[in-house]
Amino acid sequence: MAYGDIARSTTGVLRRLPWWTGPIAVTAALVGFGIYVFVTVMLFDRGEYENYLSPFYSPPVGGESFLPAWLSPAIFILWLPLGFRATCYYYRKAYYRAFFWDPPACSSKAQQRELRGPEHYRGETALFVWNNIHRYFMYGSFVLLVFLTIDTVRAFLPEGSFGITLGSLIFLVNVSLLWTYSLSCHSLRHVIGGSVDCYSCVKGGNARRKAYNWLSVLNRQHALWAWLSLFSLLITDVYIRLLLAGVITDFRLV
Amino acid sequence: MSDSAAEQKGMASKAHAEVHSDEEATLEGKSYRLKIFRGDAEGGKEVEYEIEAIEGMVVLDAVLKIQAEQANDLAVRWNCKAAHCGSCSAEINGRPKLLCKTRVEEYEGQEIRVHPIRAFPVIKDLVSDVSWNYGVSAQIQPFTTSEQAPFTMYEEDVERLYEPKKCIECFMCQDVCHVLRTHHKHPEFAGPRFFVRSQWLEMHPKDEGNRLQFLKEGRGGVQLCNITKCCSEVCPVGIHITDNSIIPLKERVADEYYDPAKWLMRKIRGRRNGSSNGNGGTRSTHARAGIRTNG
Ligand code: SF4
Ligand code: SF4
Ligand code: FES
Ligand code: FES
Repeated sequence: MAYGDIARSTTGVLRRLPWWTGPIAVTAALVGFGIYVFVTVMLFDRGEYENYLSPFYSPPVGGESFLPAWLSPAIFILWLPLGFRATCYYYRKAYYRAFFWDPPACSSKAQQRELRGPEHYRGETALFVWNNIHRYFMYGSFVLLVFLTIDTVRAFLPEGSFGITLGSLIFLVNVSLLWTYSLSCHSLRHVIGGSVDCYSCVKGGNARRKAYNWLSVLNRQHALWAWLSLFSLLITDVYIRLLLAGVITDFRLV
Repeated sequence: MSDSAAEQKGMASKAHAEVHSDEEATLEGKSYRLKIFRGDAEGGKEVEYEIEAIEGMVVLDAVLKIQAEQANDLAVRWNCKAAHCGSCSAEINGRPKLLCKTRVEEYEGQEIRVHPIRAFPVIKDLVSDVSWNYGVSAQIQPFTTSEQAPFTMYEEDVERLYEPKKCIECFMCQDVCHVLRTHHKHPEFAGPRFFVRSQWLEMHPKDEGNRLQFLKEGRGGVQLCNITKCCSEVCPVGIHITDNSIIPLKERVADEYYDPAKWLMRKIRGRRNGSSNGNGGTRSTHARAGIRTNG
């Protein structure tokens, strides 16, 4: 079945679901992820198993002896990816709809359930004006991604020489999805080419236009990358936790 | 006439013939029930009509059949019947749709409730007064250039402009946008249709106008949009309104009003917020500033 057919039949099925299923599912997934991250970070001050470092704890900053033990690297690091996602245009849509019901869905029936009255609706002018800072989180996230890429290379070096394990493949998928998600960012697309009106008038315009068009292809599926990379982060951390707890052993392929 | 043109013509006349053979296409014994809003600005109610089903019938066909056979005073607006003019927008089961593009059989097994678009005042039955939109349109700075037409423009500079140009002004995005529909921010919010138009103008390589101030401080109100994408879901010509028009404009507004680094640069250069028309500029502004262009 072609991708288009799958997309069409899925949207067909989704359209028949009652309007509140969307917001409830998104709320459940985001709250679930939030709880997982919070509990993990509170319970465990490290996320390292042999040559694997959990993406929540990378790079391993902090840990100085004068700092209390609960101040794990995760606490120093996580505000950045969390801020990146919290100000992301896709997640904004998701939580305005799912948490604030502003609106929960598009049909007239759903819009009548909007919680906020017209006097109180401010859109992105009041508190949410802070979401405009997204581009700075984006810059920071690319720095983090460099560390996560190094961690992935290390994941392919069990005992110092090259090897492929189930864990290393999980790392590879995770870091690829994180790159794709970050590269599909609307703010990046703007910085690269969206801000230019006339490519043939500026230096390097042609390269910028090509990069812009390429990023636009990724950008079309930004929501998909947002979800896939969220799940891959979760799976990577769970995998390391299970290794640490001795519940599973790593499976070596090569 | 080339072969393929002749073939196409043959096909077209065949299609025409089919339209006129309604009798044969009637689905034996099958009928559709439509609940249509009858009333005006003061109020009204749904009235149920039953009509004989015809294969491939669109909701506009059904409404026109009802108008012809059962309710001669039923008001409905339409022109092209080909999803081009944007006149026939109405709401079917609470969602904006082009009546001429929506097949009745899509609603097989569901009830079909047809209402006028609700973000604007109802005139009568299925017709709303959308003239507010023309007023907003008139307030947007039109295409402005110091160059003399005809222009030389390059494909790579205008390829992004085809998408916003597809708009047929059906105003269904305006209707579904909760900022207008639920929060009635008409005096301070231009709505998705006009973000599409503004994006087209702002990204135009020859345009020297500046609409960022209008969008942020003026009645554009782009910050009132919370990018929840209902507009993108309903656009009949598939414009990615939120992703390709609104977010790019929000990013430009952020450049001008919310980016501390850019703010600092402006302070140093002595320029005020909202005075840029995008970072690229145009060939002529570059020419004036002595920037070398490769065109
Ligand atoms: S994305 Fe913005 S303009 Fe479009 S419907 Fe939602 S609030 Fe309105
Ligand atoms: S942008 Fe799309 S939905 Fe809005 S008026 Fe134009 S064609 Fe209609
Ligand atoms: S818009 Fe989603 S990451 Fe930037
Ligand atoms: S009648 Fe022209 S768009 Fe439907």
